[in-house]
Amino acid sequence: MPVRLYLNNVGKSFTMHLQGGTVIPVVEKVEFSVNAGECVVLGGPSGAGKSSILKMIYGNYRCDEGQILVTAGDEIVNIAGAEPRKVLSLREDTIGYVSQFLRTIPRVSAEDVVAEPLIAQGTSEEEGVDKARSLLSRLNVPERLWTLPPATFSGGEQQRVNIARGFIAHYPILLLDEPTASLDAANRAVVVRLVEEKKTHGVAMVGILHDQDVREQIADRIIDVTGFSAEAAA
Amino acid sequence: MNAFPSTDPLLQVHNVTRYYGDRIGCADVSFDLWPGEVLAIVGESGSGKTTLLNCLSTRLAPTAGAIEYRMRDGTMRNLYQLTEAERRLLMRTDWGFVHQNAAEGLRMNVSAGANVGERLMAVGERHYGNIRSTADDWLGRVEIESDRIDDDPRSFSGGMRQRLQIARNLVTRPRLVFMDEPTGGLDVSVQARLLDLLRRLVADLGLSVVIVTHDLAVARLLSHRIMVMRHGNVIESGLTDQVLDDPREPYTQLLVSSILQV
Repeated sequence: MPVRLYLNNVGKSFTMHLQGGTVIPVVEKVEFSVNAGECVVLGGPSGAGKSSILKMIYGNYRCDEGQILVTAGDEIVNIAGAEPRKVLSLREDTIGYVSQFLRTIPRVSAEDVVAEPLIAQGTSEEEGVDKARSLLSRLNVPERLWTLPPATFSGGEQQRVNIARGFIAHYPILLLDEPTASLDAANRAVVVRLVEEKKTHGVAMVGILHDQDVREQIADRIIDVTGFSAEAAA
Repeated sequence: MNAFPSTDPLLQVHNVTRYYGDRIGCADVSFDLWPGEVLAIVGESGSGKTTLLNCLSTRLAPTAGAIEYRMRDGTMRNLYQLTEAERRLLMRTDWGFVHQNAAEGLRMNVSAGANVGERLMAVGERHYGNIRSTADDWLGRVEIESDRIDDDPRSFSGGMRQRLQIARNLVTRPRLVFMDEPTGGLDVSVQARLLDLLRRLVADLGLSVVIVTHDLAVARLLSHRIMVMRHGNVIESGLTDQVLDDPREPYTQLLVSSILQV
């Protein structure tokens, strides 16, 4: 299967100017690639830099060193150093992000929140909302909530709305930021099936999953990021 | 459908500098703005954001630098070399300017319908029935009830006035809208409604927007890109979530850490 994502010698540190300019090294010399249809899970303890790696791939953290290459259509783009508008256009059609935290937008209903990424890719509003409803239903979000803005939903309901939003559209690359954290067994199983479906569609995935059970079911490969720890390399 | 077609920039800003005597308003600001892109300019009071906005919108001549704008015919023109008639036409048709204080952007002693209709007349619409129905349609889009069309904005609440100002600006289908703290001074719930409305209109109409705000939550919700200003200089710029999630400059880190969760 073709390579969709390649991290080459990626390094990242934070400089905390409010704490006297303390430099906190995060990761160094990160190197791995992900093929189409493959799910790579990042392993290692909290603070090892798993989440920072995911955020650099999505572009909401800067990448200080190295390259993050993604295949977008027939071109290869280096996200580290891409123009903001290039990153935004990649997020529209190439890289998706499933996270546990929903950033609610006032007055937008759950089904519209979910449908939005699909509609942005050119699907009709009607079809988008249909698909949103079927995903919300699979994730056991009660139907009476679909037309309400999720701001007042419970934490678990918001999380499932956000998972539906993350899975609805087709992106060749999908980043999974603990999508199953605090879900019950039934909903964890739904997420596992959603991931399996993405694999059959050739989606390359990178995930952070603390749930041992889920990890064993979906991971094709586990990369221990402690090997990239900046202290270890120093 | 791609929200960011790889066309040419709509606005190109080259080294714009404005002095007030020997005090710096803004210094050496350069950026490009593409069609459909929303750029937020953030920074505290006195950082030069409004000076820059006024320079961009030809309300204040820069001391140095150049600003080029792609006219509807596709030609790139230096804004400060337009004739007065060209400039006025641009401001009346292709641009909008949303003021923090709605009273500055509205005519307070004529009806809501006339406030919207006036911009249409400025672009040559003469048919009273068409003007009224378009005005009514736009009042609906900004969630003002039809039965308020003949009331003047003095009888409107702050939030309604702001929505009316937005309708007045958008009725001519501008391509570029400048906004100066559009949600400033409004109650939180009124702000949320206005923000949601703005977010939808900007996306539906594919507007390019330069928005000045000191509220990072507003920047997060509306903008694609952000420029942080301090003492008249742009100290950091980039993708909005990158600058807010991973601020690099000391001042930006201070700004981000000074707010409640955005």
